[in-house]
Amino acid sequence: MKYITEYRNKNLSRKIADKINNALKGYKGKISLMEVCGTHTHSIFRSGIMSLLSDKIEHLSGPGCPVCVTPNKYIDTAIAYSRLPEVIITTFGDMIKVPGSSSSLEKEKAGGGKVKIVYSPLESLEIARSNPEKKIIFLGVGFETTAPLVASTILTANEKKIKNFFVLSGHKLIPPAMMALLESGEIKIDGFICPGHVSTIIGETPYYPIVKKFGIPSVIVGFEPIDILEGIEMLVRQIAENEKPKVENQYKRVVRSEGNEKALSLIDKVFEVKDSVWRGLGLLPKSGLYIKKAYSEFDAQKKINVEIEKTKTHAKCICGKVLCGTKKPYECELYGKSCTPENPIGPCMVSSEGTCAAYYKFKK
Amino acid sequence: MKNKNAQDKKILLSHGSGGTAMSSLINELMLKKFDNPILRQLTDSAILKPSGDKKLCFTTDSYVVNPLFFPGGDIATLAVNGTVNDLSVMGAKPLYISCSFILEEGLDWVILDKITASMAKAAGKAGVQIVTGDTKVVEKGSADKIFINTSGVGILQKGLILSKNKIKTGDKIIINGEIGAHGLAVMSMRENFKTDIKSDCAPLWELIESMLIVGGVKFMRDPTRGGVASVLCEIAENSAFGIQIKEEFLPIHENVSSFSEILGLDPLYIANEGKVVAVVSRGKASSILSKMKKHPLGKESAIIGEITKENKGKVLLETVIGGKRIIDRLVGDQLPRIC
Repeated sequence: MKYITEYRNKNLSRKIADKINNALKGYKGKISLMEVCGTHTHSIFRSGIMSLLSDKIEHLSGPGCPVCVTPNKYIDTAIAYSRLPEVIITTFGDMIKVPGSSSSLEKEKAGGGKVKIVYSPLESLEIARSNPEKKIIFLGVGFETTAPLVASTILTANEKKIKNFFVLSGHKLIPPAMMALLESGEIKIDGFICPGHVSTIIGETPYYPIVKKFGIPSVIVGFEPIDILEGIEMLVRQIAENEKPKVENQYKRVVRSEGNEKALSLIDKVFEVKDSVWRGLGLLPKSGLYIKKAYSEFDAQKKINVEIEKTKTHAKCICGKVLCGTKKPYECELYGKSCTPENPIGPCMVSSEGTCAAYYKFKK
Repeated sequence: MKNKNAQDKKILLSHGSGGTAMSSLINELMLKKFDNPILRQLTDSAILKPSGDKKLCFTTDSYVVNPLFFPGGDIATLAVNGTVNDLSVMGAKPLYISCSFILEEGLDWVILDKITASMAKAAGKAGVQIVTGDTKVVEKGSADKIFINTSGVGILQKGLILSKNKIKTGDKIIINGEIGAHGLAVMSMRENFKTDIKSDCAPLWELIESMLIVGGVKFMRDPTRGGVASVLCEIAENSAFGIQIKEEFLPIHENVSSFSEILGLDPLYIANEGKVVAVVSRGKASSILSKMKKHPLGKESAIIGEITKENKGKVLLETVIGGKRIIDRLVGDQLPRIC
């Protein structure tokens, strides 16, 4: 924990915050900074960082919460699987509350559906081994950070000849979503707080096209308060002092410019990149990871047939717009009334990384 | 909940997590149907006045935990200390408890032997006698190994009234030590994580009695399910005052904070089984604190915040970096995040 407390130092935080606020004194207008990582959303709210900074900085949360960007159809598919008597669903915890078209995994669980929360996809293999008569389907949701783990689980299953383990892959890639947001032109973004975890895997290069094409400063940032403040300071310097926009790396103690080659090769071995549907953003080219043919025996969608209900979304839910940063949670008429973390209508209210849940929990 | 929806409504695990779902269950069902002035107080124990000038405190709790044995305790120590502590935080000296077992067919005899032995030991340590009980055995699969219910009675200290109504601006909030250990100890045992975290499960009467002797204690709660955050929210809710706490004053052991960090959990919401949160008068705070520190269960006691005129009904946390945020009630279970 030593490395954590040092990054939560009060005096240093104050100093950096003052520096940022001073740099903005003469600046006319507002600066919109977007993070695209649920952990950043959570961390920024949890540490109360914005309360230290000038109101010239506007903080936007983008499509960085894996649960939130997963479309209804995926959730409905998982729910349909959980109703099959021969299936046990294994999943990370925050998926179970996400509402699909008419149910959620939490409700299915209460109704007798076999849904088990795991802390690592590898646990699913243990469950598969001790339940040979069942089919274990792991819900592969998450970005570049979780995909290598899932890839390695599939490889282990292959090696150990575990035949009753499957993955429902909903993995997505972050840089294509950042591109899509800028291309839509619907929102003013002056700088990106790039995701530390994702960048650990992908490195700096995938952000170059964003800076080149749109001239948006992008800084890879860690998750402690000092990291985030320092990252904001780097962005503010680029923006307020009119520096040439570039990719910078604040999180050098973890992120190497070339990323993690081993993890990348795992992804590449098991998955192929194809177009994918994102909640709020729609179908984005080359933004999803699908299981390659060589490993299709582990692909739930290819191996286990299931009938899925017709996808419905709540007419008034604006999660899609919240995910793109074009609306704030409190602009939704359901927010805090019929949609609360207890009874979430949209996914952004479910996960602690979700923007609506973070607003609800920390701001109200 | 409208009737047409009530037809499909099911009990979810979150209805038992000590958060908002559980409050709405209690409000919508139990309170409406069992309503009476004593129950309406919703205190940890009911205060009864059978006759004479002595007041009794009466409480009950059921214990279900997986695994049955965990570092620092087991279901038996929980069943004794949980009930004893619910009496103690009301200012009542615990005297007698009951013990009902619901056992699953096929449970190993040695497990029950071990649990009853542990219960007897815990009762002795807590200074209570187990004076009545019941045992039922249900078919395999109808219960998970063993469920225990204990009820307890205690005698309220003479003349003592602990109430939220006595709380005033400037009062201090004290806790008797490190938070979050119990919930994580159980979780790490269940999920097979290797940690050195031990449950804080312990009977609090002796410590609380020493605090009451100093005087100035206005209100107490034991931060079990839902953790310290939920207790603070409960104190602040519908009150004419607010609460401000400082993150840097919260006693959290390094193993608890790193483990929570990894799993994306917040120690403020994690269950404790040997902790008391007390609101005490400003004038007596330091003498209460030094008294607490002399007790083995209070060595790491700390003042974590105070009652404020501002932010009525809310709990505000000043973060370690000096930022501010609101602490809300736990909603559902704390679930580990994806990344």
